[in-house]
Amino acid sequence: MSVARFWRKIPQRYNLTGTRCATCGRYFFPPRYLCPDCRRAGKIGEHRFSGMGKVVTYTVIRTASEQFEQMTPYVLAIVELDEGPRLTAQLVCSPDEVRIGMRVRPVFRRISADGESGVIHYGTKFAPENP
Amino acid sequence: MRDVAVIGIGCTPFGEKWGSSFRDLFVQAGTMALEDAGVAGEEIGAMYVGNMSAGRFIEQEHVGALIADYAGLASDHIASTRVEAACASGGLSFRQAFIAVASGIEDIVVAAGVEKMTDVGTGASVDALAGAADREWEGFVGATFPGLYAMIATDYMNRYPLTREQLAEVAVKNHYNGARNPIAQFSQEITIETVLSSSLVADPLRLFDCSPITDGAAAVVLAPLERAREYTDTPVRVLASAQASDTIALHDRRDISTLDATVAAGKRAFAMAGLSPGDIDLVEVHDCFTIAEICAIEDLGFCRKGEAGRLTAEGVTALGGDLPVNTSGGLKACGHPVGATGIKQVCEVVQQLRGEAGRRQVDGARIGMTHNVGGTGATVAVHILGV
Repeated sequence: MSVARFWRKIPQRYNLTGTRCATCGRYFFPPRYLCPDCRRAGKIGEHRFSGMGKVVTYTVIRTASEQFEQMTPYVLAIVELDEGPRLTAQLVCSPDEVRIGMRVRPVFRRISADGESGVIHYGTKFAPENP
Repeated sequence: MRDVAVIGIGCTPFGEKWGSSFRDLFVQAGTMALEDAGVAGEEIGAMYVGNMSAGRFIEQEHVGALIADYAGLASDHIASTRVEAACASGGLSFRQAFIAVASGIEDIVVAAGVEKMTDVGTGASVDALAGAADREWEGFVGATFPGLYAMIATDYMNRYPLTREQLAEVAVKNHYNGARNPIAQFSQEITIETVLSSSLVADPLRLFDCSPITDGAAAVVLAPLERAREYTDTPVRVLASAQASDTIALHDRRDISTLDATVAAGKRAFAMAGLSPGDIDLVEVHDCFTIAEICAIEDLGFCRKGEAGRLTAEGVTALGGDLPVNTSGGLKACGHPVGATGIKQVCEVVQQLRGEAGRRQVDGARIGMTHNVGGTGATVAVHILGV
């Protein structure tokens, strides 16, 4: 992933900055700038999510793509934020620990790197709320 | 709108074809289809080719012109178009060809699909396939394609009575069928134990729950029904063509375990054909993973949600069952050269409806369906064919 492509998403990846439609009140993460419900009648503004949420579903990745091969096995989940939107993220916990419905909190972590001397990508993973 | 028929089919053997290039594969399938149809190259008005990622797999774009050229049609200057919708590229290629003929713009049209996947290593191909999902918000955080379907399986098994053994039955059945298909990548039958003792890829999915990485190409020739008998005694009519889309990311779906695009495309196809699920004699569904076949059978309306695992274990979807599913061996055993899969499904149904499917023939098959999925369900193409 090029530097520019990663850099422009830093607010979202580091701070969970998404969007909200003031017309219908729906929250979006990953951010959307066109509300699917209100379309052109929607009024989109930024919203910073607390990152608190729960696990909707999960898996343990054993065979990964090249960038993630060194991290296997790792837990991958769909997390539902308390405001409603869902996102895909890694969980910082052991494969035995994860459960559907488990409460989670955000943690700032290294996600991947472009080779040994390339750009390091940081972002948000999630950890059990009550360790 | 004109009625449209398939008048010729061709499909290469599927597998790791170290000795064949992208263009070799396409030329082989295209030549077989034209010979089968008895069509001369200069009669072809247009060509569509389904291809997911020649750019990633062989560093080649602009494959519409490439295949027309190597099919020997450069001097005819035919209209040749690449169609891309990840794993549904073939299904969409068939639909575009259908629309071209049905509209009256073209008469003889080739719909093809081709993928050459083994010129890169496994890691690079896993990465390329992850591009079928949301690169920015799924792939970036380490989601693999099997991982996304594994999350569907986790959700499904938490909500419905599907056992790990029932899931394995899907792979066992498809390998049984594949062992009866001469073009299949895998010719060995397997047992439930084979599946359950294979390595975990993304829990709960194991290696034998996953379709393989495959090279292959397939092509079919379409013509207006009124002209079909000039070429063949066994035209197969296209009774319906439907396509639907949904959110690119799995996490944005209304329901993780239901492919709403399959539901929508299925309903549209049945409405267009004036048929219902009970009229279908066999169906080729998109079993990129075992859980995908379970969801497809339900989402197309063949049974209620939560029942497909039990029906599979009872043999309902086996050869000789009430609704044979994936008689070709499916993506699981026949192989999954991504862009070619949707066209191979059509080839299989046409063979069945002609009564030419040999040891895997469904007796008296008259109406068949194909179901081709892109990504985790962001694009779905459904076709119904009949004689």
